[in-house]
Amino acid sequence: MSVRQGLLSVLSLGPNYGYQLRSEFERRTGGTWPLNIGQVYTTLDRLERDGLVRRGASTDEVQVLYEITAAGRDAAHTWLTRPVIREGATRDELAIKLALAVTIPGLDITALIQTQRSATLGALQDLTRLKRTDDRGDLAWELVLESMIFQLEAESRWLDHVEGRLTRIRDGRDPDPGDAAHPRPAERPASESTEAAR
Amino acid sequence: MTAAPVLRLDGVSLQYGQGSTSVTALSGIDLEIRRGELVAVMGASGSGKSSLLTVAGGLVRPTSGEVIVDGQWLSSLKPGQLAALRRRHLGFVFQDFNLVPALTAIENVSLPLELDGWKTSKAHRAARDALSTVELAEQADRFPDDLSGGQQQRVAIARAVVGGRSLILADEPTGALDSTTGEVVLRMLRGRVDHGAAAILVTHDARHAAWADRIVFIRDGRIVDESAYRGVETMVGRHA
Repeated sequence: MSVRQGLLSVLSLGPNYGYQLRSEFERRTGGTWPLNIGQVYTTLDRLERDGLVRRGASTDEVQVLYEITAAGRDAAHTWLTRPVIREGATRDELAIKLALAVTIPGLDITALIQTQRSATLGALQDLTRLKRTDDRGDLAWELVLESMIFQLEAESRWLDHVEGRLTRIRDGRDPDPGDAAHPRPAERPASESTEAAR
Repeated sequence: MTAAPVLRLDGVSLQYGQGSTSVTALSGIDLEIRRGELVAVMGASGSGKSSLLTVAGGLVRPTSGEVIVDGQWLSSLKPGQLAALRRRHLGFVFQDFNLVPALTAIENVSLPLELDGWKTSKAHRAARDALSTVELAEQADRFPDDLSGGQQQRVAIARAVVGGRSLILADEPTGALDSTTGEVVLRMLRGRVDHGAAAILVTHDARHAAWADRIVFIRDGRIVDESAYRGVETMVGRHA
């Protein structure tokens, strides 16, 4: 998500000064995305340049009041109602690390997975404690917190899945896909070995 | 001074069968749980999670090692004494609730007390108190079929703690419930622990295990790791 679309969405509710807009954005996202005021003004300048906001009639001589334009309202509505598409290959460090780790001889993958699982569970415990001890009734904050909890749960389940797959391969219940994808030198076809030797 | 553990497992091993067909379910388990503590047990299917619970609850005797509940060595108890200890000290919560369909909620909760010789009126008073703690006092006279799954599990939790029993043994208590209802049940379980009970929660769900103070991981019948609440709350927004 960009700050641009978030601010535009807040402005669709009514005109705001820069500081007001920042406070309102943070209030509506449970304070989980703190904004730098400089970032807010830079974003507002760009939104104004693109015709999505304009300067309104301010009663304050120092501050500028910003209001959304019709085009800005359309853009905010489009963003709010469109699904979020997560594009491209994963850049998740854990996924990449484990993918690499299973190809490196001598690493204790089971121990590596358990160490990660323990850390993931520890983080999950922290967030769960935070959730169950907070009684402020801030729905926005709780939803963001729960999103983080579910992501950690998914990570834990994925670790279980990886461990299960590796166990089945180790026990010979599943073939090792690595054997086909990355044949060891001795298992390479003769022509390929000859090619590689040149 | 640290309180004595409600449950202690000392080098507990459990084998099913004999000779070449024997299967090791638990191997050298050491575990202590104190009042006010919720311990989650996680592990893959067949890792020994449920075996640990049945041994801790005195339902199965370990092949070797000791189980000590509230200072009593289970190996020293005769069957009748063991049954009495289970009624007075232990409460079980199962995935499928295990309520008696022909009894109302309050009758289900008071049943273990009445089996232990309590007068019905006194047992019902205690049962009503226990139902209040899981916010079900108003459903006391309903039959299980008239309650939702989440409500039935809360009745099971009330039954597990009624009469001041000290140790709750919960085997996948949220397994048959949707996410939101499961969380209500966990909140109730956590509440009972925070009020002085101790509990073991067997679960495969990390999000539910995270309600525990400690998470114990079992593989091939052995405890292979433990994750404890670190006491440092993650910063999430400005509320933290």
